[in-house]
Amino acid sequence: MNAMPPLTRRLLLTTGGALVVSFALLPKLAALAQNVPKLPGDLDKTPMLDSWIAIDAQGRITVFAGKAELGQGIKTALIQCAAEEIEVDPAGITLITADTERTPNEGYTAGSHSMQDCGTAILNAAAQVRGILIELAATRLNLPAEQLKATQGTVVANDGRSVRYGELLTGQDLHRPAHPTSPLKDPKNFVVIGKPMQRVDIPGKLTGKPAYVQDMRPNGMLQARVVRPPSYGARLTQLDAGAVESMPGVVKVVRDGSFLAVAAQGEFQAIDAMEALSALAKWEQGPVLPEQATIYDTIRQLPSNDSTILDKGTPGQQGAHTMRATYHRPYQLHGSIGPSCALAIFEADKLTVWTHSQGVYPLRNALADMLHMPQQQVHCIHVEGSGCYGHNAADDVAADAALIARALPGRPIRVQWMREDEHGWEPFGPAMISQAAASLDADGKLIDWQYDVWSNTHSTRPEGPAGNLLAARYLAQPFAQPAPKPIPQPEGGGDRNAIPIYTVPNARVISHFIPQMPLRVSALRALGAYHNVFSIESFMDELAHAAGADPVEFRLRHLDDSRAHDVVTMAAKEFGWQPDAKLPRGHGRGFAFARYKNLAAYCALALELEVEHETGAVKLGRIVVAVDSGQAVNHDGIRNQIEGAIVQSASWTLYEEVTFGRDGITSRDWSSFPMMRFPAAPESIEVHVIDRPGEKFLGTGEAGQGPAAAAIANAIADATGARLRELPLTAARIKAAIGI
Amino acid sequence: MTVLNVNGQQHRIDVDPRTPLLYVLRNELKLNAAKFGCGLGQCGACTVLVDHEPVFSCILPISVLEGRYIRTVEGLGNEGRPGPVQSAFIEEQAAQCGYCIPGMMMRAQGLLEHNASPSDAQIRDAMAPNLCRCGTQMRILRAVRRAAKAMMADAGTIQETAK
Amino acid sequence: MVWRVLLTVVVVIGVAFGAFYAWAWNSEIPPTNAPATLFDPGIVAKGAQLAAVGNCGICHTQAGAKPYAGGFPVQTPFGTIYGTNITPDPDTGIGSWSETAFRRALHEGVDRTGNHLYPAFPYDHFTHATDSDIGALYAFLMTREPVAKANRAPAVPFPLNVRLFAAGWKLLFLHKGQIPPDASKSAEWNRGAYLAESLGHCGACHTPRNVLGGEKRDGQFAGGQSEGWLAPALNAASPAPVSWTAEQVYAYLRNGFAKQHGLAAGPMQPVVRNLKKASDADLRAIATYVASFAGLQNDADREQETQKALDFARSRDSKVPMPPSGAITTSTRADAKPGRTNNDSAAPSGAVIFVGACASCHHSGGELPVSRPIELGLSTPVNAPDPAALLRIVLDGIHPSSGERGPIMPGFSGALTDPQITALVSHVRSQFSRQPAWPNIAAALTKVRQNKEPATEAP
Repeated sequence: MNAMPPLTRRLLLTTGGALVVSFALLPKLAALAQNVPKLPGDLDKTPMLDSWIAIDAQGRITVFAGKAELGQGIKTALIQCAAEEIEVDPAGITLITADTERTPNEGYTAGSHSMQDCGTAILNAAAQVRGILIELAATRLNLPAEQLKATQGTVVANDGRSVRYGELLTGQDLHRPAHPTSPLKDPKNFVVIGKPMQRVDIPGKLTGKPAYVQDMRPNGMLQARVVRPPSYGARLTQLDAGAVESMPGVVKVVRDGSFLAVAAQGEFQAIDAMEALSALAKWEQGPVLPEQATIYDTIRQLPSNDSTILDKGTPGQQGAHTMRATYHRPYQLHGSIGPSCALAIFEADKLTVWTHSQGVYPLRNALADMLHMPQQQVHCIHVEGSGCYGHNAADDVAADAALIARALPGRPIRVQWMREDEHGWEPFGPAMISQAAASLDADGKLIDWQYDVWSNTHSTRPEGPAGNLLAARYLAQPFAQPAPKPIPQPEGGGDRNAIPIYTVPNARVISHFIPQMPLRVSALRALGAYHNVFSIESFMDELAHAAGADPVEFRLRHLDDSRAHDVVTMAAKEFGWQPDAKLPRGHGRGFAFARYKNLAAYCALALELEVEHETGAVKLGRIVVAVDSGQAVNHDGIRNQIEGAIVQSASWTLYEEVTFGRDGITSRDWSSFPMMRFPAAPESIEVHVIDRPGEKFLGTGEAGQGPAAAAIANAIADATGARLRELPLTAARIKAAIGI
Repeated sequence: MTVLNVNGQQHRIDVDPRTPLLYVLRNELKLNAAKFGCGLGQCGACTVLVDHEPVFSCILPISVLEGRYIRTVEGLGNEGRPGPVQSAFIEEQAAQCGYCIPGMMMRAQGLLEHNASPSDAQIRDAMAPNLCRCGTQMRILRAVRRAAKAMMADAGTIQETAK
Repeated sequence: MVWRVLLTVVVVIGVAFGAFYAWAWNSEIPPTNAPATLFDPGIVAKGAQLAAVGNCGICHTQAGAKPYAGGFPVQTPFGTIYGTNITPDPDTGIGSWSETAFRRALHEGVDRTGNHLYPAFPYDHFTHATDSDIGALYAFLMTREPVAKANRAPAVPFPLNVRLFAAGWKLLFLHKGQIPPDASKSAEWNRGAYLAESLGHCGACHTPRNVLGGEKRDGQFAGGQSEGWLAPALNAASPAPVSWTAEQVYAYLRNGFAKQHGLAAGPMQPVVRNLKKASDADLRAIATYVASFAGLQNDADREQETQKALDFARSRDSKVPMPPSGAITTSTRADAKPGRTNNDSAAPSGAVIFVGACASCHHSGGELPVSRPIELGLSTPVNAPDPAALLRIVLDGIHPSSGERGPIMPGFSGALTDPQITALVSHVRSQFSRQPAWPNIAAALTKVRQNKEPATEAP
């Protein structure tokens, strides 16, 4: 048996004591890796197979994923991947997600990377583990591997002998690095992947089983609330908390600089105390916010770092027809339905935090920095919260809980943000401006394309330094917010999907990255793609109109990718899109297409809506979608995510913008930030999944946001003749555009 | 001391009677389904049934609930034997993050107890007080329709059996 | 002899009736075809603003149905009358009406075929509108989307459903022609008077009516009712603790909210929604006119009264102090033993209900965020002579239009029992108002529950 390599490693306890699973990053291996081809998915960052898969003596299989369940159904899809390649029933798999002491570090569950990075890793790791099991069985049974078959947790020989997985493994069999290639099954033989499988987490959530961090209730837990300042940068100048400290149930008032919180026995007591504290606290106002009415001018005038992300041919050609348009998008809210929550305990120099953060490892690093602790002394465990749709307040509430836990060692501290906290303090999706200009030749083909986009960063996630944690900026010794950095292409931040997928011989795209952030911003589902696809797909319609072409045909004219062709054609066909269709008065139809990031899932959408002339109110009708996610692991999961993306995007597009005054954010609850309710939801949404067996997984969670927005704008233009380019497309704006 | 009847069981609750029902359900009674979404009666994540009416438990103090019949999702069924509304939601896979769904199910239950075969417009209006941020509205509507059919069929079966 | 007297009486009555009938008879105006393209866009735009002031859309639109296509039930003490289809549909709407016919309807309350219209259509106000304004309204309506929707017959009992009775009503209460301007008032006031008294028809709800349903001439803006709500007095009898200024009335009409008064609820909600299309100048004029009835003309008096009301309102703490631990009971009865439950339902105190159910939005104090309502001490329903408005709000809540920013107050109709609502409302009155207690809230609640108002929200 090989000796264990002599470096830091973390041990994981298993039940039954059959198998010790460990993972370690070996410097030797890391060095080797430089000369070795890339490993599939996130195996590349965490190459040891036993970091991903463990099998105990009873044959129970545990899969470790660094990605987290956000409600997107990833747990189920990953179980399907593992079960398929390992050849067991999905019920035999336990999936552990996102835990800094148990799972690989896969960064953030974001950017629709889960299937591409984690799914791929697990698929391949599982296949390789199956290969190892067959190898071991071959040795054990003294038969060539070709006469063996893995099935239902057992390796079976042609001569009828068999041996169960649990019996095969001893010691370090899985403690070896993955290979660049794997004995993946032929998709023709799939029995789990691509086959219907209900989500493993739904029944528990619908029958009251504990499922969320909000449901955790360890003994001795205290309920805590934070008193946030009245606005960004305000300073706590005066506080006499004596009266609050003697309120019923109050255990402690915690103050560190301008960070102010209270912990109590009961939840309503904590809320009472928070309100009393709020009335007693005196603040010095921070810097005033800019005027909302002129925010786009303000943003355009801020210094920017400009980069040309596409420069093709000789941009600047004039054709038979040239068009220009400018599009605007306001700050928008994640608005998680359950405000953020975290549980933390500080015991024996160790901090444990249960959090719905999208990135437990980066959060761990930031917390360690904030509390001046070694990283190994901070343990972050992902437990679900409500849907986050990007960087919401999950990390901030974890920081709050950590600070209060440190002030009350030995007590589990639960911090629940209030609705007003979440609406007022979460990092918003940034306001954006885009300018498009294009020229068509006499045949109606695009010959020139120029696109500029202005945006703040789309990521202020906590990583190493603590300054991106909200509370850290308000401590007596505050951490400064680190300078924001753009996310480079091909992913992009504000420039995500800024490069058009359409074939244009001369094209230039410039991304204007604006570091200064008047409002707090970070990643909101689809990042810049929501606005860029809204802009580009609206513009394509305007161009099609100028060319006298049907919007669907105009797009096909400029798409070279056959998979793009397929989704466009399918959506149009299933919708029943006829060129020159005549709809009743006030009705319109719209089409849009995008490939998320130009490298993830393809999504095309056709929809019909009605505009009420007297009020400008929009009534969404039938929506038909075609999506290509590569190999579809869970079709219903894909449909669910796409339906959700479309409804969410429709709400953003028709209603949503953060409002603010000089003194602070004014949209603090659902009355001041309305979102779509049932009566306004679309009449129907049909999603057609184009399955591509054997193809790479393509991230799908964010593919619907942009196309939905553009299709709505296009349909409104079709219904009314009015082209709106400033989001949200409210009834008031539509009415103003269509006149009396 | 306030005595509350929750899902058919009596509980003696010794907290401030001003405490909203939601906190008592979650903290004293350790029931997970009803959720905190806003505390302002705007989102419906806390919806439960009181005397067959869907109510916002976040703004209902327990002092008004003595002698009244409180039902939560836990009273509709469990994982082994889900009730018709729960089964319908599971069959339609009507959840993404799932946080709003218990509130949705209680409002749907309340609706179907008043109106056994609501039209689509009636379902939408009845469900309007409840928000879903993930965009699961289409599935939720399908689940309510499915539950209505199932409950009508059950009622028909009971009538048949009773004959 | 007797015969001759009787004959004379019969002849006199007959002649009088004949004269009346002749007076009341109106000819049919022949149908016409007025294509939409004939209308000047500027005049159509003006008509849109006037239609906003007149709030035509509310009574002429059924919830969930097409605008101006009729079907909305207008409840009157004499029965229910359904707003008619005023889209330019030639068969079911007013598409075949000439401008003359339209003007006659507004000025005289007579439809194209010569029938009298019920005064539920407030032509006693519209009669004061100028011909030119009516022309603009006509242009606006004739350019709307025509909708084929048949009118619904009024549910008015015999004999009131005999149209001739409307003629009799007009004889008493219809005073045609322009209202002469008041030279002692500003141009803005006069403009406001014109708008409010003609198309605005504010008095139709805010002025009390006599037993025959006509507005009391000496009771202008002394308060009235509409759709089951009491429309508060706008004159010196206004229950608002703070006197309305023109600025506040303007803010209320423009935004549905006034800082020291609160927000538009009940039937005023759709009114304010429609007024979004009215011009600023027109709203300011109406505000100037309406505020002139407020009573206190003296600025110093008004400021003093306002300050007193504000001080009072802000001093009312919404939180009930916590009783010493171990003595928590739900009963306020003296013989309640601590720790024992009281199942014989002494209703929990309104104060306790308030803290748990209302205070999360309605409490005062602190730097908590902005979407809070005003202090209850300044609210008109809380200070009104009748609890009906407050009861309505507690039962049904307040809801904005789909997608619109606006206060959301949940209704408590199912959540609280009637005794609990009674206790709550009684507490709110005593805690937040200096007015005397309402005598019989329980009875008022029963009445309010019975008068279910129709939905007024347009799609």
